[in-house]
Amino acid sequence: MAEPLIFDLSKDGCRGFTLPALDVPEVDPADHIPARFLRQELPLPSLSELDVVRHFTRLSRLNHSVDIGFYPLGSCTMKYNPRVNENMARLAGFANLHPQQPDETVQGALQMLKTLEESLAEITGMDAMTLQPAAGAQGELTGLLIMLAYHRKKGNHKTKVMIPDSGHGTNPASCAMVGYEVVNIKSDARGGVDIEDLKSKLGPDIAGLMITNPNTLGLFDENIGELAHLIHSVDGLVYYDGANLNAIMGWTRPGDMGFDIVHLNLHKTFSTPHGGGGPGAGPVGVKKHLEPFLPNPRIQHDGKKYHLQTKCRESVGPVLASVGNFLVLVRAYAYILVNGREGLKNVSAYAVLNANYMMQRLKKTFDLPYDRFCKHEFVLSGKGLAKYGVKTLDVAKRLLDFGFHAPTIYFPMIVEESMMIEPTETESKGTLDCFIEAMEMIAREAAEKPENLKNAPTKTPVRRLDEATAARKPDINYFQKPE
Amino acid sequence: MANYIPTTPAELQEMLGAIGVKTVDDLFAEIPPELRLQGELNIPAGMSEPEMIRKVTRLAQTNETVDNNVCFLGGGAYDHIIPSVIDHLLLRGDFFTAYTPYQPEVSQGTLQCIYEFQSLISGLTGMDQANASMYEGATATVEAINMATAQTRRNRVLVLQTVNPEYRRVMSSLNTPLGVELISVPFEDGAVDPAKIQEALNDQVAAVVMQYPNFLGGIEDIEKISEMTHNAGALSIVVANPIALGLLETPGKLGADIVAGEGQPLGIPLSYGGPYVGFLAAKKALLRRMPGRIVGRTTDIDGKAGYVLTLQAREQHIRREKASSNICSNQALMALNTTIYMSLMGREGIKEVALQCFQKAHYLKRELAKVEGVSFPFTGSFFHELVVKIPNARKVIGKMAKQGVFAGIPLDNWFSNLKDCVLVAVTEKRTKDEIDHYCNLLGGFING
Repeated sequence: MAEPLIFDLSKDGCRGFTLPALDVPEVDPADHIPARFLRQELPLPSLSELDVVRHFTRLSRLNHSVDIGFYPLGSCTMKYNPRVNENMARLAGFANLHPQQPDETVQGALQMLKTLEESLAEITGMDAMTLQPAAGAQGELTGLLIMLAYHRKKGNHKTKVMIPDSGHGTNPASCAMVGYEVVNIKSDARGGVDIEDLKSKLGPDIAGLMITNPNTLGLFDENIGELAHLIHSVDGLVYYDGANLNAIMGWTRPGDMGFDIVHLNLHKTFSTPHGGGGPGAGPVGVKKHLEPFLPNPRIQHDGKKYHLQTKCRESVGPVLASVGNFLVLVRAYAYILVNGREGLKNVSAYAVLNANYMMQRLKKTFDLPYDRFCKHEFVLSGKGLAKYGVKTLDVAKRLLDFGFHAPTIYFPMIVEESMMIEPTETESKGTLDCFIEAMEMIAREAAEKPENLKNAPTKTPVRRLDEATAARKPDINYFQKPE
Repeated sequence: MANYIPTTPAELQEMLGAIGVKTVDDLFAEIPPELRLQGELNIPAGMSEPEMIRKVTRLAQTNETVDNNVCFLGGGAYDHIIPSVIDHLLLRGDFFTAYTPYQPEVSQGTLQCIYEFQSLISGLTGMDQANASMYEGATATVEAINMATAQTRRNRVLVLQTVNPEYRRVMSSLNTPLGVELISVPFEDGAVDPAKIQEALNDQVAAVVMQYPNFLGGIEDIEKISEMTHNAGALSIVVANPIALGLLETPGKLGADIVAGEGQPLGIPLSYGGPYVGFLAAKKALLRRMPGRIVGRTTDIDGKAGYVLTLQAREQHIRREKASSNICSNQALMALNTTIYMSLMGREGIKEVALQCFQKAHYLKRELAKVEGVSFPFTGSFFHELVVKIPNARKVIGKMAKQGVFAGIPLDNWFSNLKDCVLVAVTEKRTKDEIDHYCNLLGGFING
């Protein structure tokens, strides 16, 4: 049985919550607000509290989640979300602060933010941070605004940003949001940036390079020092997409590789929950020469007290109407405190260990286009199954029947029928072994009973869904049935 | 010290053996020596859970909260009553430890919740459709402007000066790099005179952005402004407070083409500014201009109803640099927070919250009118927030804060012509006693 929509559970006269009785003398709104601005009908449902609890509890049970099982979604770093961090984010002293409270009443909050800025700057090897961006994509946008401001101040005429063909889809989209044209750079045979291709496209119009290292193939680009040098030679800036920071913490730092701007995804590397697609946080770090361009407000300490400073003349301005996704930042702060310097280095060590272990075992069954040590993730190709009429999509769907989430599929686009697998450090060898065995069984099924894959999934709350009709005749609002 | 890594030392050796290396260091061998971090990160050593709890709790305890003070602050974030049950549902791991519903067969919970969110927001705002949510109110407004400039192929946008000044700053950071020209239209008696907008409208204007109720608490004539906007071939963008829509007519009925706003009033803790959730709703004709995620209802191969991410051809992972937005997720958990709130409060509950806000704010105004020295610079209608002029306002509200009352937001932060003016918000959470205390305290400090 499908779970009914909340509207279909509605019963007139039901109340899910009782407000305290109004304790002030009443006036008639019609005496104070013109009638045409007063609402006649409100199409919301009416339910009891228990109805609401059961509805959302039943819905929650239809989801896969990190709490239920393995979630090897490449580039998403689906690690365990420590429960204690939820408690820290719910402390009244953090959760119940109004954003317009005077600075002197929120000294603890500001101190937490400043300390987190400093820790993240140290981890990435940068000189200054902003915690304001609400997500990785907003961090990218912020970083590019800083790039724009830098070139404008220097009087540079720059119009283009280089992005390797393995880059995340948000990279080119973020460039478009600030008006930069994208120059695609090819990958070389080892999966790194093709330096010759980059050199041939390098010129005075290049504003910068956006790159992930390790990249989306999970491979560390050893030439990063030279790449940074080349970009700097035309006064370009080198931008680090921090989606894959979980591979290198405590081992190497973007700042030491020559990067000028870094964004992080606290919902990946620093274990803040993904929440079904948000909220996240995408802090941005910069080298000293770019600090004046960071968004407002900045957190400053005058030796006695913390202040929110909004009067930085060269700032790109605020990118959010607040200091950031504050309670997400609290969780990341708690995570860093618990792990500490050696803990964070271990996080990356075990993330990389787990990925290499899986890669070594799975390459016996699936094509591995770049056979070298990976970092925190690796990319397999499902093209070997084409002879059975089976696609990577079918493998992904069959994995759902085994109780696993699928890897990221069809990305990066430079690998045919790609499967991008990121185990994270919080998974045990036992879990990895189960997944590996499932993948091996699915490969056997592909040869012997391909219909098991093509019909998959069969054990999930729903089976494959008709996405074509969904897009052709959008039904996206209960109150407006499609024509 | 504490860690979340389950691998035993024996398993570590076994795994290294399977990989064919001796130590974990070997897996990092290709990082050139000059790029390796020498020594350790300069951050403290790890701590146990109880040590961390003690440290973080002490830090939190140094803050003054809206619990041990009385909060009359608004300006875009409001201290409403939040039913306890919401957080219990949000703490279900199946919701908060899931990710974006890339595999719909195992994400029906998240997807149906988003479909319900889209429907509730559409109903509340009176619009044809809403997306799966945005970061927060300001960035939702930025995206609304991008939709309008793309749709009209014009680049000038009129922004009423009564739109949240923090939002206007964010627009200036994020809309102007793409060549959008933001023109501010000044207010008079707490609202903008439509004639002023008429003067500024021409065939280069893509949109007019107005707020409902506006930042100063007043109710703009969004019906008249929308009509004038349409006559100039531009789109009407309304930034709405969702709780006010329990009492006020929908922007949809009054002519809005796009409604953006902040969902925090719908049951989200104040959280020192975030995470909140933005909403974005629009008329049917703008469907394919909507940024971000959209969930659609469909059927599976057995004919069973189900939900998917849909209309993805608009999105960045397919369109890359041709995408109209770089948004690649939504604010799902916060959208769920508001969905549960709207379900729980329901039709009657939201109406009552709105009505109590209205009643208590108007009670405060009547009581303040009795305090010598207090005046009201604006005469128009308001919902639950109003501007109060107080002699030596900053000094007085500083004294009020010391007595545990956050009395309001000084407006000269943003408006040089509103010296000694304070923005005061009154929600259903304030009691008559608190309001009376506010007036007595204020009278004492002004006249004492």
